[in-house]
Amino acid sequence: MNVALKLLFTGLCALPVVSTAAAASLPPLAESWPTYSGDYTGKRFSSLTQINQSNVKHLTLAWVSRLKGGMDEGGGLLAPPPPPQIIGGEAKEPVVTGGVFSSDAPISVRGAVLQVDGVLYATAPDNAWAIDARTGNVLWHFFWKTKGGTHTGNKGMGLYKNWLFFETADDYLVSLDARTGQERWHKEIESFPEQYFSEAAPIVIGNHVLVGAGNDSDEPGSLRSVDPETGEIQWRFHTTPMNPGDPGADTWPNIEAARHGGGHVWVTGSYDEETHLYIFGTGNPSPAYSSHNRTGDNLFTCSLVAVDVETGKLAWYYQTSPHDTHDWDSAQTPVLVDGDFDGKPRKLVLQAARNGHFFVLDRVTGEHLLTSRFTPWGKWVKGLNKNGQPIRDPAHDPQVGGTIANLDGWTNWPPPSYSPQTGLFYVRGYENYGLYYYTETDPRGAMGMGGVARGGQVSLGTSIRAIDYKTGRIVWEHPFENGVGLPGMIGSGLLTTAGNLLFAADQGDNLVAFDPANGKPLWNTRLHGVSNAPETYMLDNHQYVMVAAGDTLYAFTLY
Amino acid sequence: MAILGSNARRAALALLLTALAWGVHPAEEPGSAAGKRNPLESHDFERPPDDPASIARGKQVFSVNCSFCHGSDGRGGEGGPNLLRSPMVLNDQKGEIIAAVVLNGRIEKGMPKFNLPRDSITDIAAYLHSIKVSKMSNFTPRMVLVGDAAAGRAYFNGKGGCTRCHSVKKDLAGIGAMDPKTLQDRIFAGGETGLLGAAAAGAKPRKVTVTFPTGETVRGDLVSLDDFIVVVSDADGHRRSIRRDGDTPKVDVVNPRQPHLDMIRQWEDRDLHNVTAYLETLK
Repeated sequence: MNVALKLLFTGLCALPVVSTAAAASLPPLAESWPTYSGDYTGKRFSSLTQINQSNVKHLTLAWVSRLKGGMDEGGGLLAPPPPPQIIGGEAKEPVVTGGVFSSDAPISVRGAVLQVDGVLYATAPDNAWAIDARTGNVLWHFFWKTKGGTHTGNKGMGLYKNWLFFETADDYLVSLDARTGQERWHKEIESFPEQYFSEAAPIVIGNHVLVGAGNDSDEPGSLRSVDPETGEIQWRFHTTPMNPGDPGADTWPNIEAARHGGGHVWVTGSYDEETHLYIFGTGNPSPAYSSHNRTGDNLFTCSLVAVDVETGKLAWYYQTSPHDTHDWDSAQTPVLVDGDFDGKPRKLVLQAARNGHFFVLDRVTGEHLLTSRFTPWGKWVKGLNKNGQPIRDPAHDPQVGGTIANLDGWTNWPPPSYSPQTGLFYVRGYENYGLYYYTETDPRGAMGMGGVARGGQVSLGTSIRAIDYKTGRIVWEHPFENGVGLPGMIGSGLLTTAGNLLFAADQGDNLVAFDPANGKPLWNTRLHGVSNAPETYMLDNHQYVMVAAGDTLYAFTLY
Repeated sequence: MAILGSNARRAALALLLTALAWGVHPAEEPGSAAGKRNPLESHDFERPPDDPASIARGKQVFSVNCSFCHGSDGRGGEGGPNLLRSPMVLNDQKGEIIAAVVLNGRIEKGMPKFNLPRDSITDIAAYLHSIKVSKMSNFTPRMVLVGDAAAGRAYFNGKGGCTRCHSVKKDLAGIGAMDPKTLQDRIFAGGETGLLGAAAAGAKPRKVTVTFPTGETVRGDLVSLDDFIVVVSDADGHRRSIRRDGDTPKVDVVNPRQPHLDMIRQWEDRDLHNVTAYLETLK
């Protein structure tokens, strides 16, 4: 029985009617990996214990699977036949965009890989695969002929019954039959000419498929709910005010600025099964650096936002970076934790934001509980206001003469993890600095990400930090060497397990099992270029740990 | 481009390939040879190019009829909104969406009707679509010179501690010939660097000494270092990969850029600007 059916049955047991999201629930993360974060909480904590501290040093390779992208050409007479290939897309021929994030860049699996009923579902931009989770054999390959767009990294698929959903950089939501890879339909979710690019992992909650997109021009962000059967839109939540009088409109100089204000929903959020709130982070305001044309706090950019999943109506918000001026998104995964705070049991949401601050809120009400800085440099911030929000110092905004600041923020979208065993929140951080030169002297300002040149880039290294959510203090930090010739990197995500383990890549070469209590390495294997967050699942009473390194999946187990 | 030399460009390209595989979000410099599109700048997604003659006619018609309110470059002006980011303009292909607005006006927003021939509206559309947002900049490297040279000299000789390693008569003689932005970038980073602080090609390597429990040592240039392996290039250029078990063997690294790295968190913008202004005088 697939997971969606299980959901349905769970729903039937819990309620007298076949409900939708009201009954949507997932079991604690263990055997399968049916959604972006494994379960709805964003904790990436697996309750599996077969692989644990006492035996992790015997962890061994189960299989390797190299994924071929693009059009399958076949391997010649002596090569085994390629897996069935299904081709979709609106372009006659795939458009090669060029640039750093070119559509023809080498295949890199950076997002979540689903595991349901012994089949893995993986993506890279314009590509999707089904893979036998026991053997690593590819069962089918779907290739999307793209019209173009920014191809930075696809974050994975969503699953509803037998239907898969993934986004394309040219702004379609594509639904595939999980059994065959055949396309059911594709729907435009954003306007390609408006320079949106869609790479988020859709998340399925009840009969809602939630999708978002990115945009580095000046267009507005939104979260959409789509019907899993028809692809028709159910509701849309704009992350900036669209009309005078909308909530947050008084945090913009005028409605024109708000309508071009960014705040994109490009990272999958988390879902509270009890309150039916979908909680997600939003991206930077736009224009990113010409901020004088958007005076005010710029709601709901750089915010944690909770909406009712049935209606898309706003329940609460908390802005983690009022009036951001550095492209420091707050899109990072919100992590839902039930735990004590100030001696009382609370339903919490935790986030480590790209601006270097860690936040704890009540996830039912949005009440702010704690802010701490998890980074060593904070000259850009003058302090915290009474709501715990960082107060930016405008002197550190990009200036014509160059201002020093952290480059690209202190963490990014690769997922963090939280272990209820240790009570610690784990996040990968990086410490890159440089100069931001404001290059647009026209008083009308620049658009989108324009108006800044960078220089003097320096990396002081990357690390994994463990944060005590009750105090905001860093309990341990494991730094990684770099600066030898490797740039500071956003790296890949994290996984904790009830086997008292933290799985994560180091600078990228090694997959490492750490002791989550202190960051001590217990096991490692050299895969070169670990590219996504490690995952774990159980098949035939054997626990697997799986990770991607570029175009290759590796699965490990105990024999 | 000015910021990365040609060797660095090649290195940056190689790094990018690695970077993409490693899940890096590279912060590309504007105009870098590593990619024609800078992810930090506004993008211009590919459009089929329009007829240059149509674009030229469109520019003419636009400047006569539209630029007073929308600016000569379409970015907005006296009362009219920025057209280059307008969803209507972005979704328009050949004037089919723009036409309705031009012909009917938007009276409620103060835009009058323009009774223009359809061909002229197609030309206006071609002109607007030809404007490359990503190419807009009036920045020149000399604009970064905002500091005070005398204060920079005092900082250089005093609090900054620069004279511990540098001399304006020796290694920095004539440094003012460098463009001020490149100069300031290098003062901050301690030399040329690439994407996200990647070492530039030809940069001085980090020196490493590996000391075994027996007292035996291996010295050389550091190639790579993680918790499990240290790779050393010795005086003959041979690479040695040495296993690490915790703190054994002992690994000591000396980075020639370390004094600059130690200053990174301490710098005040003003001091950096002043030192740049001072060194710029060393022609």
